[in-house]
Amino acid sequence: MKDSTAAATMGKEQSKKRKRSQMTEIWRRMRRNRLAMFGLVIVSILIIVAIFANQIADYNTVAIKQNVVERLQGPSAEHWAGTDEFGRDIFARLVHGARISLLVGVVAVCIALVTGGILGAIAGYFGGTVDNVIMRIMDIFLSIPILLLAIMIVAALGSSMLNLMIAIGLASMPTFARIVRASVLSVKDQEFVEAARAIGAKNNHIILRHIMPNCLSPIIVQATLRVATAILSTASLSFISLGIQAPAPEWGAMLASGRAYIRDAPHIVIIPGLLIMITILSLNLLGDGLRDALDPKLKR
Amino acid sequence: MHKYIFKRILMMIPVVIGVSLLVFMVLKMTPGDPARVVAGSEADEATVAQIREELGLNKPVLQQYVDYMAGMLHGDMGNSYTTGKPVFSEILSRMPTTFILAFAGVLVAVLIGIPLGIISATKQYSILDNISTLLALTGVAMPNFWLGLMLILVFALQLGWLPSGGVTSWQGYILPAVTLGVGATANFMRTTRSSMLEVIRQDYIRTVRAKGANEKRVILRHALRNALIPVITVIGLQIGTLLGGAVVNETVFSLPGVGMLMINSINKKDEPVVLGCLITFAVVFSLVNLFVDILYAYIDPRIKSQYR
Repeated sequence: MKDSTAAATMGKEQSKKRKRSQMTEIWRRMRRNRLAMFGLVIVSILIIVAIFANQIADYNTVAIKQNVVERLQGPSAEHWAGTDEFGRDIFARLVHGARISLLVGVVAVCIALVTGGILGAIAGYFGGTVDNVIMRIMDIFLSIPILLLAIMIVAALGSSMLNLMIAIGLASMPTFARIVRASVLSVKDQEFVEAARAIGAKNNHIILRHIMPNCLSPIIVQATLRVATAILSTASLSFISLGIQAPAPEWGAMLASGRAYIRDAPHIVIIPGLLIMITILSLNLLGDGLRDALDPKLKR
Repeated sequence: MHKYIFKRILMMIPVVIGVSLLVFMVLKMTPGDPARVVAGSEADEATVAQIREELGLNKPVLQQYVDYMAGMLHGDMGNSYTTGKPVFSEILSRMPTTFILAFAGVLVAVLIGIPLGIISATKQYSILDNISTLLALTGVAMPNFWLGLMLILVFALQLGWLPSGGVTSWQGYILPAVTLGVGATANFMRTTRSSMLEVIRQDYIRTVRAKGANEKRVILRHALRNALIPVITVIGLQIGTLLGGAVVNETVFSLPGVGMLMINSINKKDEPVVLGCLITFAVVFSLVNLFVDILYAYIDPRIKSQYR
């Protein structure tokens, strides 16, 4: 009795150690990829800025408060990124915009991941008619371009932050359904799944505990890349006034309202766009780096 | 070949029905009563009920869908709630602008992306390869509408070379087409590069080289034909993205296309026009995919044989 407990603890210790060494191995591979590290650093900075946005510049008194006397000023020591058409500090608005963009991006991807993941897992695991029905519906979703699908959902539900998240989330759902389905198909016939079934594990236990952990790599990679797409879609939708509404400082909305002043104060348009570009670039580099680190076999 | 095309067209029918049904159902979820929109806020209940009856809005949703699709086959997509004009002709008159824009975008991307991809692959890890990789990375990350604004700033406002919007002349399409094409260019370049790299390592290429063919002939005649197959898939997929991008780009360059019509109609809650535009986009996208698949079979006979 005592022996078996000891053996069990030792087994646990060992699997913990194996997990840790796997993490260090992934981290080591990431570290060697300079572009991926660049992405990671920028994304980390953005996350920190988004969390402490109110400490950096207060939302009500700086980010959305109008101050017409100082309107359309270029970058200066006082206003790092200049001021917009209402005299609001653009840097402060960008900081709060980071919060909105990351929030919408992450929540939308979570919606896509959960809905698409569940559907994909069911389709892949059960196969047959279930698989056919689910995947044909996903094909229909896929046959409409993502941006148009999001526009359609926003048009039906009305534009608000939550609807935007739902719209972008549902629009990226089929991608996750496909990835999860493919991953499930690739592992479901392996021996360890058969072994789990043989000892009487239930279907949902097998899917969640045995199959899912083996599909994590492609999901993590795709999720990172999809946050970038989601942020870009958010900006596009806000730019055509179907996304986040004024006076909230969303990056795309800032570009939309600033474009009327592009001739006299180009910084209003240049700076937010550059920030969007750097954000997307960093997320893409991070995603590509993760792909190479998590699964060296996939390296292109 | 004809059999394959026929089968492929048959396969498109359920997709078109599914897509249109999805669009129809989602738009029917819109809160608010369309009959009330048509009647105006001051109309009494009896008028609203009468309009509802006239527009067929009191029928079950599925019945409405069947009626709508039957009408669409005759070129009848209902009338706009705000202008009263037939939706079909409204869309038809704006279609050329959107098509020219999307086509010009693809053209720009193909003409720049594929040659760059070939050069990158044949001179792997050279300075040129690294530069185009860098350009591709930024091209994908750049918000399309922002690039449009930057091009307007430089070429229309600063240099005054090209118009900043409108389509009074063909020059009006240059900036929008370049804007639209840049994201796709990056994509085509990456795909061409990686598929070219794969192909030029194959045995038959070595055989061609061993026979003494010059490098130009090896790449353009023998390698490119096989390397282009994945590129064509990507082109097909990109056309959807480009149609979506065209919607946003029409706003940037104030082009009177279907996208602009759709966005204005969404803001005015003009449901029949929104529905018409979305279904048009979805059907066009399905047709493009059909065309790409058929093109595919011409280029790669192996695909066609799967359908025998």
